[in-house]
Amino acid sequence: MNWQLGTVVELLAETDRTASIVLRVPDWPGHRAGQHVDVRLTAEDGYQAQRSYSIASAPDDGSLMLTVERLDDGEVSSYLVGELRVGDELELRGPIGGYFVWEESFGGPLMLVAGGSGIVPLRAMLRHRLARGSTVPISLLYSARSHHELIYRDELTAAAERPGVDINVTLTRERPDGWHGYDRRIDRDLIAEVTWPPAERPLVYVCGPTAFVETAADAFVSLGHEPGRIRTERFGPTGSEEGSHA
Amino acid sequence: MLDGNAIAGTLDDIFGADMTLAVATCSGCGARGPLAETAVYVRAPGVVVRCRHCDNVLVVVIERGGTYCVDVRGTTDLRSILGP
Repeated sequence: MNWQLGTVVELLAETDRTASIVLRVPDWPGHRAGQHVDVRLTAEDGYQAQRSYSIASAPDDGSLMLTVERLDDGEVSSYLVGELRVGDELELRGPIGGYFVWEESFGGPLMLVAGGSGIVPLRAMLRHRLARGSTVPISLLYSARSHHELIYRDELTAAAERPGVDINVTLTRERPDGWHGYDRRIDRDLIAEVTWPPAERPLVYVCGPTAFVETAADAFVSLGHEPGRIRTERFGPTGSEEGSHA
Repeated sequence: MLDGNAIAGTLDDIFGADMTLAVATCSGCGARGPLAETAVYVRAPGVVVRCRHCDNVLVVVIERGGTYCVDVRGTTDLRSILGP
């Protein structure tokens, strides 16, 4: 897979630590909801650092948007969130990954579970579902530390009004006054409350930090859901050449 | 610890196709599953792919000077369905 240059055409601040980067990539072949790209930075002395970031835009959006969370020790993310400017070029390759993807033909019901910036590829799936006018029932469970760390907050609030779309948020550390959503870390009971019974055979996608994904996936299995219908994607700081997903 | 999704780009470099859906069989315990669901360690020198069930090392990938060295001794069988 060849490296290409993309030009930054728009930057959007999503939260204090998170930004969306809209890129124009000549001859971009299109992507599937849930895929990612590899981004490579090269310093003047030739040192290279590479990370993997989920694509936030839906295939139907006609653009390539990444949403990146700045990590405290992130040598790539701290550049992408803070230093990158409109008009800059980024070296990237993709789209990558055929496992953690959803297409309308896969059907549903579609159960999406996001921890923190694990919302990014799931947002692409939700947007794809809405853009296609699909009637597949969709339920999103989104866990974040606080209200101001919710990415795509307004968009998700609007999406929740659409027919067949159920969105549940749990805030694990800080809640605003009058918060009506969930207020605890995800567990088996919480998942059982927001998902379909195993007999409905939902397709489950879980994305988040490793420990979050393990907890959620184990909960689905213990509730009786088929392991083969649960797809997971883990991310975390790597300090190495590969893999830190947004 | 991550999973096989994180090294999809590297595997594509080596195999020339998406390998996240490829099914690997562990030589340690015989478990079979897609590479996307394996346990992947990227902080090791190179990339280490382990069986999620028995922790056996399935695949090691080291890149040096533009050459990939791939050790697949922990995998008795690796099947990738030809896609479009």
